Amino acid sequence: MTKVFPAPAGGEVVHALGPIDIEIKRGEFFAVVGPSGCGKSTLLELIAGLTDPTEGEIEFEGRAIQKSVPDGVGVVFQEDACFPWLNVRENVEFGLRQKNTDAAQKTRRAAAVIDMMGLHDFARSYPAQLSGGMRQRVCIARTIVAEPRLILLDEPFGALDQQTRLLMGDEMLRLWRQISSTVFLITHALDEAVMLSDRIMVMSARPGKVIDLVETGWPRERDSRIVERENFGALTSRLWKTLREESLKTMGRVVSGV
Amino acid sequence: MSRLRLYQISVVTAFVLLLEALCLAGVIDKVTMPPPHIILGDLARMVLARRYFAEIGKSLANVLLAFTSAYLIGVVAGTILHGNKRVREILDPLFATYYAIPVFAFYPLFIVIFGLGDGPQVLIGFMLAIVAVIVTTLNGLDRVPSVLKKTARVNGLNALQTTRYITLPFCAPYLLTAAKLALAYAFIGVIGSEFIMARSGMGYEISYAYTNFDNATMYPLILLILLLSIAANSLLSRWERILLARRGQN
Amino acid sequence: MQREASATFRNTVILIVGLLLFWELAYLIVGQVALRSPWQTIQFLGKLMQTDLFWLHLADTLKAFGVALVIAVALGLLIGFGLGLHRLSGDAMEPMLVALYSIPKITLYPIILLAFGIGISAKIAFGAIHGIIPVALFTLNAVRTIKPILIKTGNVMKLNSTAMAREILFPAAVPEIFTGIRVGFSLTLIGTVLGEMFAAQRGLGYLLMNAISLYNIDLIMSVTFLLVLIAASVNMVLLAIDRRLHHG
Repeated sequence: MTKVFPAPAGGEVVHALGPIDIEIKRGEFFAVVGPSGCGKSTLLELIAGLTDPTEGEIEFEGRAIQKSVPDGVGVVFQEDACFPWLNVRENVEFGLRQKNTDAAQKTRRAAAVIDMMGLHDFARSYPAQLSGGMRQRVCIARTIVAEPRLILLDEPFGALDQQTRLLMGDEMLRLWRQISSTVFLITHALDEAVMLSDRIMVMSARPGKVIDLVETGWPRERDSRIVERENFGALTSRLWKTLREESLKTMGRVVSGV
Repeated sequence: MSRLRLYQISVVTAFVLLLEALCLAGVIDKVTMPPPHIILGDLARMVLARRYFAEIGKSLANVLLAFTSAYLIGVVAGTILHGNKRVREILDPLFATYYAIPVFAFYPLFIVIFGLGDGPQVLIGFMLAIVAVIVTTLNGLDRVPSVLKKTARVNGLNALQTTRYITLPFCAPYLLTAAKLALAYAFIGVIGSEFIMARSGMGYEISYAYTNFDNATMYPLILLILLLSIAANSLLSRWERILLARRGQN
Repeated sequence: MQREASATFRNTVILIVGLLLFWELAYLIVGQVALRSPWQTIQFLGKLMQTDLFWLHLADTLKAFGVALVIAVALGLLIGFGLGLHRLSGDAMEPMLVALYSIPKITLYPIILLAFGIGISAKIAFGAIHGIIPVALFTLNAVRTIKPILIKTGNVMKLNSTAMAREILFPAAVPEIFTGIRVGFSLTLIGTVLGEMFAAQRGLGYLLMNAISLYNIDLIMSVTFLLVLIAASVNMVLLAIDRRLHHG
């Protein structure tokens, strides 16, 4: 369970974010959408313990997060974070570094995750030999192999084409159910947010605050075919109606009316 | 003045002051090196009296000759190679290993073949410079994005127009890099050869001054060479940086 | 991968054959007065390598080179790391190092001779100043351009400073550092031989210059050939390692 109290985080004189007060339930799939520069990534870094809030507090599993990454938290970043000097298998095994598992178990768990992510044929390849999408899959594999209780994803599918994104979304849902972790996803793709999440938080333009919290009410057993549901269109358009104005503000134009 | 500039100037100043202090304190004795202020004085006197201008001019003329021939031939060769994949692949290991080879080792051979005139020095300078030009030219041509070439065809440009409006402007920074490298190598090759065995030129004068324990001549000349090469290199680097900055690359 | 390797091999063979043919052609044109043919050169080299004097000179060069290389790499790494870890210093000093790179270092040799006297120390110093700058520059760059995302990843995985340095910083920087050492190796060798050509009483470079005063063309060609051979082959091996470290 993550609780994020008023957390305006400023670096220098920039009021990047907040105040924000949200509570993420254990085991839920929680998404955040918002215009560029609203502080989504900063929020993720706060929850991960990579930055400190200027004011306010953040708690994970009842304990305050301060200056360090709590145990049981995994992060998949936007940029390619593969270690170029290790092959795919070694990269994934690196994710188990912190755990006291013996070598045989490490190999087993890594192999299982590599298969799960469809990287079986590339286990011995180096990141330089893989496409951007595959490298991102390696990073995801490396994060989930440790079976973290909270998975933070910062626009992980940004570099992929739409069809791959949809398939990766299905993968994430399957993983989520399998590991039973809490997922915190930042995305700029509204359909992706609606398709995957239990709840979606909409942020305003900078400094980002919460302007809407949408419940999708989807069943746990879902995949990308959820788009057939009637509600899907309504939810997506609700997000866009709120976001459109914020995005225009970010683009430097003020819109009055519709 | 930016922090960077300040830092750089402080480092140079500190170094010169350190030398000055060590010389005046006798840690560095007069026979090894005179204090910086004396070297500068000797240099100023030399320049004002126009001494060694003929020799300096001759060296620089040879450097220019090596540079120009290496640059022109190199760019043309690079362009031709770019269109000829087979030959390029064969020459590739040569280019990759070239700068590991002691080109100066060929100097004695050139002296035997061409005699003790200016030829061997210019040839060494040429040999050192040319591969850098070829490799840089190839590099630039490689990087012309195919989308730009397609744009040229869509707009009906013929080969000459494509070169003039697309390839050349795109490769300009690389051509500048090639010039910078060619100049540096031509300088090293010509002056270095004059040093080892020549009968005239700047390098020879320094070598002669050394054998005659003439510090008053040797150090100013060394300083002059250092200043000239640093100045030329900095000018071309600055120009290169401006061109690259326009494209958002540094 | 296999096809690539055999194609490179084939190309290298063609290149070497081409160069030998060019050499033979030059010999046929210029004649015995100033050149020797490839075969004559190899024969002479064989005979040369049976003399004690040759090995004496070779040993002297290699000794000076070895020490110069160790100094160049050690100091270069030190400077490179120091400047790389401190942003301002790295940004400020890099252009200055590049400028130093482009000066004809042989002009500094008289100063080194005055400081060290004629002997092996001067040769070592001269070789070292050639190699130190590329090692420093490449190391500086290797440290500076470690992707911040890799450090962030290390933080997320809660690595302490030692683990971070050992498992992320070091492996991330090694490929570029190795390139610097490779270039430094070649330049140190060139510097050592060059120093010997200008002022020395022993060594391959000295042998070369001595051969001119004796007008011993066989000797000139053999030593030149040997130097090129050694430099080229070692570099090719280092290049292969370099490519492997950069992983495809």
